[in-house]
Amino acid sequence: MPPTQESDVQPEGRTVLDARDIDRALTRISHEILERNKGSHDLVLLGIPSRGVHLAQRIAARIAEVEGTGIPVGALDITMYRDDLRLRPARTLSPTDIPAAGIDDKIVVLVDDVLYSGRTIRAALDAMNDIGRPQAVRLAVLVDRGHRDLPIRADFVGKNLPTSTSEKVAVRLSEYDGSDSVTIL
Amino acid sequence: MTTYLIKGASILGGEPTDLLIADGVIKSIGSQASTGLDRRSSPVETIDAAGLIALPGLVDLHTHLREPGREDAETVETGTQAAALGGFTAVHAMANTDPVADTAGVVEQVWRLGREAGYADVFPVGAVTVGLAGERLAELGAMADSAARVRVFSDDGKCVADPVLMRRALEYVKAFDGVIAQHAQEPRLTEDAQMNEGELSGRLGLRGWPAVAEEAIIARDCLLAQHVKSRLHVCHVSTAGSVEIVRWAKARAEAEGGWTVTAEVCPHHLLLTDELAATYDPIYKVNPPLRTATDVEAVRQGLADGVLDIVATDHAPHPHEDKDCEWQAAAFGMLGLETALSIVQATMVDAGLLDWAGVAERMSYAPARIGRLDNHGRPIAEGEPANIVLYDAAATRVIEASAMSSLSRNTPYAGRELPGQVVATFLRGKATVLDGKLA
Amino acid sequence: MKGHLLSAGDLSRDDAELILTTAEEMRSLADRPIKKLPALRGRTVVNLFFEDSTRTRMSFEAAAKRLSADVINFSAKGSSVSKGESLKDTAMTLEAMGADAVVVRHWASGAAYNLAHAGWSRSTVVNAGDGTHEHPTQALLDAFTMVRHLGPLDGRRVAIVGDVLHSRVARSNALLLQTLGAEVTLVAPPTLLPYGVETWGVETGYDIDAVLPKADVVMMLRVQRERMTDSYFPSTREYSRRYGLDARRMGALQDHTIVMHPGPMVRGMEITADVADSDRSVIVEQVTNGVAVRMAVLYLLLGGSEPALGGAENVQSGTDGTGTTTEETNA
Repeated sequence: MPPTQESDVQPEGRTVLDARDIDRALTRISHEILERNKGSHDLVLLGIPSRGVHLAQRIAARIAEVEGTGIPVGALDITMYRDDLRLRPARTLSPTDIPAAGIDDKIVVLVDDVLYSGRTIRAALDAMNDIGRPQAVRLAVLVDRGHRDLPIRADFVGKNLPTSTSEKVAVRLSEYDGSDSVTIL
Repeated sequence: MTTYLIKGASILGGEPTDLLIADGVIKSIGSQASTGLDRRSSPVETIDAAGLIALPGLVDLHTHLREPGREDAETVETGTQAAALGGFTAVHAMANTDPVADTAGVVEQVWRLGREAGYADVFPVGAVTVGLAGERLAELGAMADSAARVRVFSDDGKCVADPVLMRRALEYVKAFDGVIAQHAQEPRLTEDAQMNEGELSGRLGLRGWPAVAEEAIIARDCLLAQHVKSRLHVCHVSTAGSVEIVRWAKARAEAEGGWTVTAEVCPHHLLLTDELAATYDPIYKVNPPLRTATDVEAVRQGLADGVLDIVATDHAPHPHEDKDCEWQAAAFGMLGLETALSIVQATMVDAGLLDWAGVAERMSYAPARIGRLDNHGRPIAEGEPANIVLYDAAATRVIEASAMSSLSRNTPYAGRELPGQVVATFLRGKATVLDGKLA
Repeated sequence: MKGHLLSAGDLSRDDAELILTTAEEMRSLADRPIKKLPALRGRTVVNLFFEDSTRTRMSFEAAAKRLSADVINFSAKGSSVSKGESLKDTAMTLEAMGADAVVVRHWASGAAYNLAHAGWSRSTVVNAGDGTHEHPTQALLDAFTMVRHLGPLDGRRVAIVGDVLHSRVARSNALLLQTLGAEVTLVAPPTLLPYGVETWGVETGYDIDAVLPKADVVMMLRVQRERMTDSYFPSTREYSRRYGLDARRMGALQDHTIVMHPGPMVRGMEITADVADSDRSVIVEQVTNGVAVRMAVLYLLLGGSEPALGGAENVQSGTDGTGTTTEETNA
């Protein structure tokens, strides 16, 4: 589903990461993934829609540059696994796109834009449970803003961003929003 | 017996005047009404009728009172109470009871129940065929000769479809000046029919009841009546085509003499259209079905022209469960007695198509003539039987199903605002309704 | 018609497209090892069938179960002749049992409307076929199947051939396909076209051979043999000669044209076996797609706190449209 807002409107609020910051963060995450995994073997990146999918694709492209070989990248929609499904009107589903080789015995790196309560990641782990049994699951996020409700932590973080719960973190990506930025509202 | 002095009533919408009602008749009208009063002989009740219209007691040629057989839907008592509240002093009770009113015994029973109830005179309609089965004639003569003096015969609810049987019935009733009131519905064309066949029936997936099924029978019966020189009455005309056929037949009958065709229209066919079926609410399921706006326009015009002689209610009470269900499972029919005059006001009088004298003709004089009633449908004049309605045409009311006096609640007008209110009804000088309530 | 799916005509284009895109996601479930999603866990879906239809009931049952709903099947015997158990009493029973949704198949046109509007129950109602009125999920699965084969339906020509008069499938398809921009032609002997069909906004024709060469989709409708005894046509032989789809007529179709049938087929009547089993036939696929589409409908009506159909404001949950993150709205 495309966003309904005008994509070229500059976000209000305080910009904490600009396009170059995001670029650097993703490059660093890519290297960290390769370092931790000792190469790209058995890696599968699964982005959580919507922006996590684009981040996963960017990371996959960087890994391909470094390694000279592509890695499987897909999308994992967690909508129906959300614990607040009943609290809001029925949500539009986003595509789930599992690479052909599946995720059994793979090292799956979940990719999302912001880590906050941890509930999305809990839902993603549940969703993955219905799809296969990875050897291991890692988590990469562009921003970790704290305030976890669940015992979940990220393996790869673009930026740790101390926030108050009253603030909102807005991630914009050029594929989706026309430009790259992370702002605090 | 109470003497009533009605002050300031407007007879058929004319200048306000006074009426004195005593001993079951209209004693005097005008200024002498109050002066001729003998206050010592009997109690006198004065009714302020300023702003009210006085009409002759209404006569319904087409009522279903359901007794005997379906006393859960209506009884003669509750049905005549509803009639009185609607301004009626006489109703013709249709024959499709259980047992069917096809013998002298049953019609006399219904007639007697009406007399006992005392809210309106009940004139039973006799069945044309035994058990309404459409196979052989019922004992029409015996019913005519009975205490009920039946003159109107009908298999209403079912059509006398067999042309030979219809011919014989029309011929036979000539012996006692009877009339065959035909429910014009070609049965094969209307098998399992649910609503008017038109644009909407196709969309709603409800089996259609085509206009031709009504019109073909009316045309046939008019020709039969002409051929055997008899009296035909067409029940509940609902289509523009039917109006044209009746118009044509009347012109011929008038030119030739010796035979007559009369026709009725129901209040709901003057107001409601088939669009209401889109709700799938069976409150709007009726036979013949609600038709299109064009048909509504045509029957209104037909009533204004006199092609349609009378308004008849086809008051058809049904218990709640027969209407609180799927459309196809629901019973046909709707209440009519308590709202008829208001509907006629809304659709005819307020629309400039009929004046109050016309209303008296269509709802009192003409139906009484067709039914051969001697003491109903008489003008409001000195010495005439005191069958009178006082009607407040300026009032408005919102119809509530639960407020219906009928045992049943199946009014299609619930929630609608209708003009007019019957304030008082007098049956032979006795008040059946006063202040809008049963007296 | 918020909260229910009663008529294909109640669906806006946005609604219809949302169902179809959601169904696409649901269909991919068929390729996964665990064919189950948790969206309707704890919800109760009742299949209330007043008319036998094993295939439709099974399709809804599979759809509800794949979404983890509890399913209760209720078959009420009875026909228009012998009324049997009343719809009202049944509805009130289901209400008392806490049914979240009632999938209703009934012999009476409008029965789903009555169930939704007569005040007998507060459940979400899904019309699984009411009399000769409508069968909206069949139209949705038909449209879904068409889109999978042909892409967007704008300007596509769909010929619906057969007993349109008695077909709820034809009514729902005529409504939905127009909403989706297709051009519909109904082909039948004049006796089997509804009175007033000229107001439906579709083309009509009596000559199948004139319509087939231009059609992108040919949908054959079932023709019951008893229509013959009611004089809708003289004989089955004459019907199949004039309106049946056989190999010769299939030869007149464009290369990409698909052949559909809502089932159950009367082979030899409206369609020959070789056509039904040919490469053009997507009849078996329609069954597969039926489950996916019904999952989408149940999910969109029951998955959240309120239905996502019937109001555009519900479609976007705020997460993606407001620039805030998924994580925040999930917190």
